[in-house]
Amino acid sequence: MKFLLSRLTLAGALLTAQPALAQRAPVPTPDDAAQARNWAAACFACHGPDGRAAPGSLPLAGMPASELEQAMRHFRTGARPATVMHQIAKGYTGEQVAAIARWFAAQHGQPAPAAGAAATP
Amino acid sequence: MTPHRAQPPAAPPLLQRRQFMQAAAATALGAAASGCTAPPPAVQAPARTPGHGRGPAVHTGRGSGHVVVIGGGYGGATAARYIRQWSAQRVHVTLVEPQAAFISCPLSNLVLGSGLPLARVTLPYEHLARQHGVRLVADRAMRIDPARRTVALAGGQTLAYDRLVLSPGIDFMWEMLPGLARPEARQRVPHAWKAGAQTMALRRQLEAMPDGGVFALTIPPAPYRCPPGPYERASLIAHYFRQAKPRAKVLVLDANDDVISKGALFKQIWAERYAGTLEYRPAHALADVDAATGALHFEFHDAVRADVLNVLPPMRAADLAVHTGLATANGRWCEVNWLTHEALAAPHIHVLGDALQTAPLMPKSAHMANQHGKVCAAAIVALLDGHPPNPLPLYNNTCYSFVNSDEAMHVASVHRYDAARQTMLTVPGAGGLSSAASALEGHHAWAWARNIWADTLAVPTA
Repeated sequence: MKFLLSRLTLAGALLTAQPALAQRAPVPTPDDAAQARNWAAACFACHGPDGRAAPGSLPLAGMPASELEQAMRHFRTGARPATVMHQIAKGYTGEQVAAIARWFAAQHGQPAPAAGAAATP
Repeated sequence: MTPHRAQPPAAPPLLQRRQFMQAAAATALGAAASGCTAPPPAVQAPARTPGHGRGPAVHTGRGSGHVVVIGGGYGGATAARYIRQWSAQRVHVTLVEPQAAFISCPLSNLVLGSGLPLARVTLPYEHLARQHGVRLVADRAMRIDPARRTVALAGGQTLAYDRLVLSPGIDFMWEMLPGLARPEARQRVPHAWKAGAQTMALRRQLEAMPDGGVFALTIPPAPYRCPPGPYERASLIAHYFRQAKPRAKVLVLDANDDVISKGALFKQIWAERYAGTLEYRPAHALADVDAATGALHFEFHDAVRADVLNVLPPMRAADLAVHTGLATANGRWCEVNWLTHEALAAPHIHVLGDALQTAPLMPKSAHMANQHGKVCAAAIVALLDGHPPNPLPLYNNTCYSFVNSDEAMHVASVHRYDAARQTMLTVPGAGGLSSAASALEGHHAWAWARNIWADTLAVPTA
């Protein structure tokens, strides 16, 4: 457990807390891709695995990153009306949204749903 | 943590590994052919030194290893799927779940109040095997040996693990209600807080109740599984009575001082739509139940009698977690490291879902258990690969509640890791509630269900 905690501490950039342990622990390679995937995965519950959505929700897989970023900005400002996304969007920074949007853009998409099939939650 | 655990993971001998893959493939085929979970295979877990679990697993290759997942609910099934997916199938995963099919608690109140067939919230496990190569073992985990890293199953099999994911759900503190100690009493007073046979038992009692009868629902002190769930249930049963038994009453007896989730919304709905049908009484701490006479006894209020009783007993982490010594918070809930979900009490055991001592403002919800499953899966794959886990978990929660057959409302929140406090905290200014229940959000609730079922169980989205 101590070993694990020391590495978590390192990962959390709290190097000063346990300098001796931190120096002994291996230097972690920043894994931004895994982090973006993990953040994006939080969206799967409503938008389907890897953003490939079941009917009734907006597919995010393959969506251009700029489009998703703009949608999240508009949810945040209220420019785009929503029932829940305006509340979720406020929990993410611009950088976090950008990382998530890039990850979804890199997923292969699915056929667009029929017009009007997906209202904005 | 012992020093050798810091060594890079090593692959199991090739022959063992191939045999395991063949066994896993056969199991997956069997599951596909029979349309239900596979019988427990006779093979022992892979990647073990001789002696079947007497000592730590030693492997030699990137990211291999064996993860046993106990519990096929929203947390465990999600973890099983994503450990396979995110390790590119390198990590072997065995999912131990006694039920032949997954039955969703979310939406199951529609079975009670809207006549929804239970089949509509029942889903197969087979896609986890077919699509992701998860080995399904239809058995009940009875005992965990954290030192030897083994799990003993009711069927006699022993599984060895490198890491264990325990998503056991909740059990009830029956000792708080002596009148429900006997199984006959519990049959007469269903909880229906684990969807399935209990749900159908309560539905039958509601159908058999005469018009003019009283249905009483008791709510335990928080925390309990699904904070808005009891209030949704009360609303939906009031909806059913309005349609089928207009003189019948719903009596809600809440141990808490007020409605603890979506309070203003529920109370508005009750006043506008269910006045005269639904009565809410706060601060009613249940002392005991007399199943034979249908009487509910309270700490500070007069006894209440009703025709149909639905008692939600006080809850805690499921017995297996408590007996393993993981319930470090008041003996009731399991505390974890939020970066990995590893139990504070036991290394290599990761706990998910409703069994957790939750972080501030984090509900015990299916959505949250699904999120735990993915954080835990990513962390386990990283740790088996020799990498640190993601230092900043960030996820959200959305819980829908129906107020009648068609209309729903939500509560949402966003949670991020706070390194200083080493817990998950809600992001200030984010999250919130519906302005009102609506049919649009009823559609969204169903869309949520289809998507989270696809995410958790790998059922097709189309």
